Amino acid sequence: MAQTARKNQLAPGISRLSRSKVFSKRAAYKIAKTAQPKAEEAPAKAKKVTRAKKGDLVAALTAKHSALHPANVVPQPKAGRKTQRTQGLRKSITPGTVLILLAGRFRGKRVVFLKQLSSGLLLVTGPFKINGVPLRRVNQAYVIATSTKVDLSGVSVDAKFDDAYFKREEEAKLKGTEEEFFGKSATKKEAPAHKVADQKEADKAVVAAVAKVPFLASYLASTFSLTKGQAPHSLKF
Amino acid sequence: MQGSFKRLVEVGRVVLVTKGADAGKIATIVDIVDHNRAIIDGPTTSVARQVIAYKNVVLTDIVVKNLPRTIGSKALAKVLEKDQIAETWQKTAWAQKLEARKRRAAMSDFDRFKLMRLKKQQRFIVDRQVALLRKERA
Repeated sequence: MAQTARKNQLAPGISRLSRSKVFSKRAAYKIAKTAQPKAEEAPAKAKKVTRAKKGDLVAALTAKHSALHPANVVPQPKAGRKTQRTQGLRKSITPGTVLILLAGRFRGKRVVFLKQLSSGLLLVTGPFKINGVPLRRVNQAYVIATSTKVDLSGVSVDAKFDDAYFKREEEAKLKGTEEEFFGKSATKKEAPAHKVADQKEADKAVVAAVAKVPFLASYLASTFSLTKGQAPHSLKF
Repeated sequence: MQGSFKRLVEVGRVVLVTKGADAGKIATIVDIVDHNRAIIDGPTTSVARQVIAYKNVVLTDIVVKNLPRTIGSKALAKVLEKDQIAETWQKTAWAQKLEARKRRAAMSDFDRFKLMRLKKQQRFIVDRQVALLRKERA
């Protein structure tokens, strides 16, 4: 025999079945009444009890409710249980791995991976002296990891190179001013002196490690490109 | 052996398997089933005795001489060893080309770069000598 679903509602928050009907349907009369402290519970609280302990359930069923229902119950959104985590590092990428950049102004360049930052981005360096790529953050989705590794054992990356270090400095707004109109904003910015020094300092050990392997420096200096008949999916890197 | 065909399907003909799990291995025809299939066996190249269609093999120039029909695997292994069939195959330009292709496919990005650089160096030396010789002759 088909039964009317107890959840069936006439309108949001208004049950199709009356409270007494639900009581009989749930056979709540079979549950032995236990002496409960007759605390006046708010109807909102009683709603939550469905997921709580059995004792609470009995209390909820036997508690006196207001005879009035709210006319329009606004459904509460569920609290999200998902958290954003940083992306894990691809297995093929370890400190010293030579990566091929695929996007951005340095696309095609071969660079050396140093470490993963807390944001999940990869810290890489050209080294700058070899191929002009500075210390830089890249997304690992836009790199090809090669099987070539630069031996960076014993090389430590300064902890100051974090996400904050690479954050863009805010520029003074030129919008609507005379300077913007006459194109004065086009002046080239010079790299700040402390960053130039940091670059040299960080690259020193990497360049030394690269110099130990024949052809490696010129390999890093060269750019990657596909030639006729080459398919990246069938190539081994 | 007459006519324009240089390689014939015959007992003792060494074939290169081109399809299936044994692709790239050589085996020997030990019996002919019909005009589409033969029984091949490769005890020294880990090709199991099997019936195979001719479209899945390529005939090579190598023939094991005086091989009796339906020779057993063990006896065949001995014959192959004695006639040095594997070595003969390895020496062919065909086998070497296949080997080179395999090695090239296994090269990493850095290996490819090094090869390019070394070939450049080689070219530089050879071309120079060729130019010098040409000058002498002229």
